[in-house]
Amino acid sequence: MSILLTRDTTFIVQGITGREAVNLTRECLDYGSKIVGGVTPGRKGRDVHGVPVFDTVQQVIEASGAVPDGSVVTVPPAFTKDAVLEALEAGVELIVVVTERIPRRDVAQMVERAGQLDARIIGPNCLGIVVPGVAKMGGIGGPARNTEQAYQSGPVGVMSRSGGMTTEISSTLTAAGLGVSTAVSIGGDAIIGSTYAELMPLFEEDEQTEAIVIYTEPGGRMEAQLAEWVKDNDSRVPIVAFMAGRFMDEEEMKGMSFGHAGTIVEGEEDTATQKIARLEAAGIPVVERIDEIPDAVKKKLSDREAVA
Amino acid sequence: MRFYEYESRKIVEQAGIPVTEYGFVTTAEEAKATAAEIGGPVVIKSQVLSGGRMKAGGVQFADTPEEAEAHARNILQLEIGGHMPKGVLVDPKAEVEQEYYAGVVWDGTRKQPMMLFSDMGGIDIEEVAEEHPDHVGRGHFSNLLPFSDFLAKQVIASVGVTGSALNRLTPILANLARLFSDRDMTLAEINPLAQLENGRFVALDAHMEMENEARPRQKALLDELGIPGEDLREPHEPSAFEANVKAIDSADHRGVIQGKDTGFHGDLGLVIGAGGGSLTLTDAVRSQGGKPANYAEIGGNPSVAKACGLAKEVLKKDGVEKIAVMMSIVSNTRVDIVARGVIKACLELDKDPSETIAIFRIPGAWEEEGFKILDRYGIEYCDRSVSMHEAARRAVEKVQGGPA
Repeated sequence: MSILLTRDTTFIVQGITGREAVNLTRECLDYGSKIVGGVTPGRKGRDVHGVPVFDTVQQVIEASGAVPDGSVVTVPPAFTKDAVLEALEAGVELIVVVTERIPRRDVAQMVERAGQLDARIIGPNCLGIVVPGVAKMGGIGGPARNTEQAYQSGPVGVMSRSGGMTTEISSTLTAAGLGVSTAVSIGGDAIIGSTYAELMPLFEEDEQTEAIVIYTEPGGRMEAQLAEWVKDNDSRVPIVAFMAGRFMDEEEMKGMSFGHAGTIVEGEEDTATQKIARLEAAGIPVVERIDEIPDAVKKKLSDREAVA
Repeated sequence: MRFYEYESRKIVEQAGIPVTEYGFVTTAEEAKATAAEIGGPVVIKSQVLSGGRMKAGGVQFADTPEEAEAHARNILQLEIGGHMPKGVLVDPKAEVEQEYYAGVVWDGTRKQPMMLFSDMGGIDIEEVAEEHPDHVGRGHFSNLLPFSDFLAKQVIASVGVTGSALNRLTPILANLARLFSDRDMTLAEINPLAQLENGRFVALDAHMEMENEARPRQKALLDELGIPGEDLREPHEPSAFEANVKAIDSADHRGVIQGKDTGFHGDLGLVIGAGGGSLTLTDAVRSQGGKPANYAEIGGNPSVAKACGLAKEVLKKDGVEKIAVMMSIVSNTRVDIVARGVIKACLELDKDPSETIAIFRIPGAWEEEGFKILDRYGIEYCDRSVSMHEAARRAVEKVQGGPA
């Protein structure tokens, strides 16, 4: 099985006529995903790779006769909150927000509204979700052929604050013969819809997932939250972490952000050094190299078997 | 982006929070005049974006306008944390009865703004939180519901403040919370928030930071404060390298390139990407004993000219003989275009690409086409079967081995 996404998941693309959206629509369709419609205000009646375009989410629902399970939102930052609220109010329960540079207040507002409606947001500033060999939602992995090359089905769940590194890590797991259950690009912003700890219960319930790999960075308290979750919940799924951006701990780099907006260090707890200490204290090994990940995962899996 | 204190006070004042009758000036003569206008003892405060101005001598007390002028003259020439002051603030010296702290920050875990309040103002809130946790009150508020004053009252009352002080402080913290949301702040802090001997409650210092992403919709406020769009308030002045890379990036809308070299002093030039990949690769070079000359990010699908421009800027840096061209697996970036760009950079600078490019590791779309071009110039390259750290090791080895 998988988390969040199955073979039958239907979704729409909001902002479907944009250049990036046209590409990701093609990629998702080629990979086997079920895109039931697209929305770009004022473009009703067109189609994008055979997907009908509408002015509103309501119109997609009227035309298809059902509320889609999900939406991929890729509209300019000033319009993203409105697009997400439109999908939420229409009853869409899984929203992948690709857009970057959205003000935090807008993100916080849409996440709070999603919480009230029991819906889930992935991102913003993310590439989406892929269940190898089944479906993908978003630009993650690129064209279907490239996605197939990097992502083979297997027992490891992947969560990453970097979209590109989701693929690098998954490719490494695939090459080592392990493979991926579901990979989630959770987004690089300071406030995101779903953190590691918030997705853990889903992986925990997923029979296919036997271990988790996370890609982490300086900035924010998301890793501390995961460490607490692991301590509080007797999780059956072992976790291996990779921490990038260790160089940002250097004195001269203080106050600067690199890579993603969320890497801005606002307190001592946010530094790579502190995060590594916290994760390791919670029994999560933090490897120094991407190519060490498969062995660390195999070790966790064999340790668990030895106990069982 | 961070605001100067005089701007922060203006923002606070607009939100209905009382401040003293301060004056912002840029010359010693004006400081004298303002001090005379205020009458009585004043404080001269450096208007600088870096912290630690008290320790650095950027805050001085003066009893007379002449003394104010002398202090202002010194402070205006005093560099603090690498920044020259923009001016000085002349503030009446306050007779303080009690100092409080009021602040609002984002709580990324709760995904809501969080108010902080303490009856121990005037010092760092982190310090108070650590040493006197019972003197720090906290409270979150909704992103969706209109802010209601009782939320602020609860936070203030939680540290034991009662009586008229509670009733005077509540609207101040409530207005600060509203301002935080209305103005897209990431930090809104009044420290100290003072109760004066005459019974007034005033903000004696304020520190505001606004989210960069929200600047377009806060343009009216920024215009009013006289902050132009190009004033980015970076933590440091951009270096020539940083400014040049930025100019190359803005000249062409295809793809994104970024470059930073503040704090980097090494000899291996990095032409790397994307976001997470750049962080990983910079660490990888360092962990292999290499010394990066810069940080870079290639994102999206840049043109040949853009990739070439970045590589040239890196190669022009002092002491850089070799560059490593590396990325995590890419899906949008065309490998062959980046290959063309970096080779062009070498040739235009009369450098041999096979000597100059220590390693090329960009797995992804069009990699076969890229390999063909790289082969033609005898450049060492690898695919995804060579890890990011192994690629970094090969590059570092070549730099440390000296010219081959």
